[in-house]
Order: sequence, then C-alpha cells, then structure tokens
Amino acid sequence: MTVLQRISDVVGLMATPLRPSHYLELVQPLWSTHRLQARVESVWDETSDTRTLTLRPGHGFRRHRAGQHVRVGVSIGGRQMTRTYSISSSPDRSDGCFTITAKHAGRVSGFLVRDVRPGDLLSIGLPQGDFHLPDAAPVRPLFITGGSGITPVMSMLRTFVLRWHMPDTSHVHYAPNVLDVIFGRELEGIAAKLPNYRFHPIYTRAQPPRHFSEAQLEELCPDWRERDVWACGPQSLLDDVTACFERAGRARYLHIERFTAPLARLPANLTGGMVHFRRSGVEVRADGKKALLRVAEDAAIPAPHGCRMGVCHTCDATMVSGCVRDLRTGLEVDEPGSRIQLCVCAAAGNVEIEL
Amino acid sequence: MKDAAKRLPVNLDDADIDAVGRELDAIQHDIKSSLGESDRRYILRLIKLQRSLALLSRLVIFASLAFLPRWGHALSGWLPFAIVMAIGTFGLGLAKILENMEIGHNVIHGQWDWMHDPEVHSSTWEWDNVCPADQWKHSHNVVHHTWTNVLGKDRDVGYEILRVTPEQPWHPVFLLQPIFNLLLALLFEWGVALHDLDIHAMRRRRGLVEEDRRTLAGIGKKVARQVMKDYVLWPLLAGPFFLYVLGANAVANLMRNVWAYMIIFCGHFPEGVHVFHEAQIENETRGRWYVRQLLGSCNIEGGKMFHVLSGNLSHQIEHHLFPDMPSHRYPEAAPRVRALCARYGIPYNTGSLTRQFGTTTAKILRLSFPGSHDRSESDYRAAGVHH
Repeated sequence: MTVLQRISDVVGLMATPLRPSHYLELVQPLWSTHRLQARVESVWDETSDTRTLTLRPGHGFRRHRAGQHVRVGVSIGGRQMTRTYSISSSPDRSDGCFTITAKHAGRVSGFLVRDVRPGDLLSIGLPQGDFHLPDAAPVRPLFITGGSGITPVMSMLRTFVLRWHMPDTSHVHYAPNVLDVIFGRELEGIAAKLPNYRFHPIYTRAQPPRHFSEAQLEELCPDWRERDVWACGPQSLLDDVTACFERAGRARYLHIERFTAPLARLPANLTGGMVHFRRSGVEVRADGKKALLRVAEDAAIPAPHGCRMGVCHTCDATMVSGCVRDLRTGLEVDEPGSRIQLCVCAAAGNVEIEL
Repeated sequence: MKDAAKRLPVNLDDADIDAVGRELDAIQHDIKSSLGESDRRYILRLIKLQRSLALLSRLVIFASLAFLPRWGHALSGWLPFAIVMAIGTFGLGLAKILENMEIGHNVIHGQWDWMHDPEVHSSTWEWDNVCPADQWKHSHNVVHHTWTNVLGKDRDVGYEILRVTPEQPWHPVFLLQPIFNLLLALLFEWGVALHDLDIHAMRRRRGLVEEDRRTLAGIGKKVARQVMKDYVLWPLLAGPFFLYVLGANAVANLMRNVWAYMIIFCGHFPEGVHVFHEAQIENETRGRWYVRQLLGSCNIEGGKMFHVLSGNLSHQIEHHLFPDMPSHRYPEAAPRVRALCARYGIPYNTGSLTRQFGTTTAKILRLSFPGSHDRSESDYRAAGVHH
C-alpha cells in the first residue's frame, strides 16, 4: 500500500502543477479523480414539464442511500451554476447509473429539462443528506409527498420493489391534476401489483380543491399515529404536516425534506457589516439580508455551493470571528470557529470568514 | 511648476481625459456583458489542446530515443533521432508557451473568474513556471498593473536590474547590462520568480524579515516541484538516456523563457513609450489612470496565431486598460481603442515585432552607457514636463 502510495506521489510530481487526473480526463472524463462528472445516458420526459435524466457517474462516486440528493452543475451562458436534486433511482440499481428528475422551474432545472442531451457531461457532487431510509427497513412507513417532493420517496419505493420486500406502506401524494403526477404510471403499477403498498393520489385543483388536513389523513390512513413518516414537498404542505404531527405528539417520527428554506422574520433594526474573506483577502460591505454566499459571489470569490437553501452543506465555511444571522431561524451565531452555512447566513455586524 | 509636473504628456484638459475614461468604460462594458458560452468553449478547448500537446510532446521526446544509432535498425541514425527529438522538444516548448501566456497569465489575472468554474479560476490556478501563482498575483497584478511605468513604484521597469529609460540614474554596473539582459532572457521564469522579493528593501535592512522568508519558502517549494519534474523525474524515466530527456526539457523551458521575455519586453520598453513620476499620479482619476496605461503600453502587430502564442499581450495596451477582460476579446477592443486615441490625439504605440523588439534592444544596449538622447526623453521634454 505504501509502495503504491509512493509511486502515485512520484507520478503526481511528474504532472505538476497539475495532477495525472488532468491528463487522464483528456482520454475519458469519467476517469478523472480531481473532479466528479457524470455522463447523461438518456433523457425521459415524465410529464410535460418534468424530465428524468439517467446519469453515469465517474470514478469516486459513492452509492447513495435511498432518499439522498446530489449536487449537479451545468454551464449556462458560460457561467457555472449548481443546484441540488434528489436521486430518484434505487441504490440497488445494477447498471451503476442513477437518475434525477427535474421540474421546469428556475434556470438550472429549466436547462436540464430543455437543453441537456444524451452524451453531455455534467459536474456532480457526492450523495448527501439525512432524509433517507434507515439501515433496517421501516416496518410501517407512511409517505406524504407533494409535487416533485415525490423524487426522494421514489428512490425509497423503488428500493423496496428491487429488494422484493414492500413493507406495509401508505403513500399520500398531492399534485394539481392527474397528468401532473410524476411517476404516476409507475406508482399505479406498483400499487396494482403489491397490495402492501397503498397509493392515494390527491388532486389539489379538483373541484372542490383538496389539501392536506388531519381529517383527510385520518380518513386515508387511520393508523397514521403508529407509523414512521417521511414527508417531502412544498413549504405549505410541510408546515401543515409538521403542525399536525406536533399536535399529535408524533413529531419524533416525522422525517422532513424541504426544497426551499423557510426564512424567519428579520428584526427591523437589521444591521450588516464588513465581511472579510480571509483567504481571498477581500473585504466588502454587506447588509444584514443578503446571504454571505451571494456576497462572496458578487465579490468574485468562488465559493463552493449546492442547494442555496441550507440543505446540502456544500457551502459550509468557518467563521473566524464576528457574528452572522441564520436567515431561517433568525438566530445569531457569534462563536468563533463555528461552521456556518453561507447560503442561509447573513452578516450581523462585522464578520471574518475562512474563504 | 507643480501643475506642470502633474501634467500627462498629452494635449488634453481634465474634461477630455474624463471623456476618454467614460468611452473606455463603455468599450469594457460592451465586451464584458457579451461574454457567454462561446468564450467558455474557447478557453476550455485551448486548455485541452495545451494539455494534449504537452503530453504528446513528452511522448515524442521518448520516442526519439528509439532512433538512436546504437539500436542499429533500418531507421536508426543521428539524423532521424535529432529530427524526432526536435519535434518533441519544440512541441513541449510550444505547450509551455501556451500554458504560460494565453492560459496561465490570463487565468491568474481573473479573466475567466466570471465563469464561476472552480477549475479555471484565479484563486485556484497554478502554472508551469517556477514563480508561484499567488506571489505573481501580487508582483504583477497588484504592483505592476496599478503603478504601470511609474518610476520607483513599478518594479517591472527594468525588473530592478536593467536601465530601460534615461530617467533611471546611470551606475557603472550598467556597463554589464547587455550580459544581464541576455541572462534575463534565458532565465526569465527565474527572474519572475524572484521578482516579488523586494531586493532593495532587503539590502537596506541587511537581512531577511519574516515576510521575505515566507516569500522565499513559497518560491523554494514551487522550484523544487518544477525542477523535480523537468530535470529529475521525466529524465529518470529514460534510464541511461537521462541526459537526452533532461536536455530536451531544458531547451523547451529556454524556448518558453526567451519567448515570454520578448513579448513582455515589447509591452513597455519600445521606443516612444512613456514613464511617469510619482507627482504625476497624485490624486489620479480613473480617466488619468486610463491615459497613463495607454501611454505606458505598446502593442505588437501580427496574425491570429501570433496573438494566441503571445497570450494576446501583443494587445498590451488593451490588456493594461482592461486587465481582467478575457484576452481573446482584445482584438475586438483594439480597433475601438485605437480610433478613440486617434480622435483625442493620444499616441497608440504599435508596430511589428521587429520594430518593437529592435528598438527595445537598441535602447537597452544604449542605456548601459551614461546619458541618453532617447526619443522618449525628448518627447517628454517637448510635452513641457519638467523634473
């Protein structure tokens, strides 16, 4: 092992100031180790504005856990942009590929839905996130999903199917109309084949409109108080679900994945401050509302970033000194050495960041 | 007297100078706001081409060893060996030139930071050169580009060893200038590496302070890696033919050094270029800064290939006006800058490589002796600047 390590160090020196991986990449981009890329194997339109991309990741990718998400980077107008997507395929899939499903909303997702072709290369990150199935399969899961919040749950359901073991599962899914149900056919198919899986699609634009309520849950899944729950979807749905489970004293059994960060009300006497990016040697003034990630980017400092909503922790950086406010909770962090999430924190007075 | 000393050698009043500044801002804005996917493709393709050429050339250098006469096969002989070796060496030199000029110099300038690509960014880029990128960012991007051609401030004026303008006082040591000049051309990357060290301050202090030690440590680390690569590891791969590969790598580095020296010396030292005194940059406005960059820089005329190999420093004037504009867009800015200069009667110093390099070399040779009747000096006097 150490001999191999030595050899690889020497070969590394021969490529200085680059790495051998930079030359390997010329032959096959998926072999590079200095950055992770994925090749688009195929594209599939799920609904009129939703598309599933099958991606073959390069060396160094690790198998995800059902429910996790991954950072995907594309170049739009020459500028690199990154967003986070739930992986919709099962980790047990045998061909080494994984799928993400994007809904046409915003620039990056719009680009993935409209402009990506098979053969294109996308830069990706490693799978991340706490919203995943536990090692021991849950005995009686309940899934509550809305819109594209179905994607991480799809990975979980596909895993059950691939493992030939569907636990006693209830699934309540909210979509505007029947045609907007992403993976609708597949879900119906699973429900038809496996009686253990009960699929309850609910159309929010039906007459009269139907939205999540405790009474509705009681009707569809009377034993919801005895189940482990995974919920993912729009802000309002998750807020209602959280409130419902808190009232029932079941908050401990509720696992939630939010696609947008809920922001706290900011105080009126908000002050920003001077932000000092220590490694870049840049100092700029920032107000108390603008996320530090944006502050860094506006100062042309490259900050790694992913979801931009406090989920993926790609942009975490060490705060050397000063004080920041977490925009989601409104709470201030003033302990030197804290790891802060740049995409959801703003300056609260002067602050020095290791970036 | 004081006002006269502050004047720039152009026949423009403050309002004109401000107008020039605004027009240059507009040119910069036009081009920068049009950056897009095709620009990204340009730099990524060039990087790919450069890496392929470097790797291929190193392989060709090794392939040449198969033609050594000692193998005694039909194709062996000194001539085939020399031809293949020369092709490999020339290719490697060319790859190093591309890497340093159109790619490295410009990426480290921040010209590609707008892409937000962590792989091609001034904060992460390291180049194939003994000068560490972070130090060069200080000595070049900060010191030279801010204080362009200001005597006593811009350490690129003569690189602290040459007398390139009669404004610099003569000293008998300059009699050796032709030799220094030749050595600097051959060892250019080493000169650039030591450039961030403030030799004068070190001599004044008679010793090293913490900062100098840090700078030296940075250079040492980079030098060790570069020397290890070109003069130890790749040659060792050739076993008994160690010296052939070492020689080829050395020649490739020399080729890059001489080329970089030529292009860079043509940027600020040809006949007709202006130097400035600190009094002239007191309370300098943006317009005056622009005019100083115009008067202190010189272009070289040539074809497309020549511009790419020179890192578009053949558009030194545009580079000094817009240092963080992607270099391959300078040819687009140049006619607009030139027309602007013509309208305001600002000299636009451009010429063939022969003219620019010829007058630079003639000047360096002439200035190794005391006194001078150099034309830039007389231009300066004619403009009514006293010092």
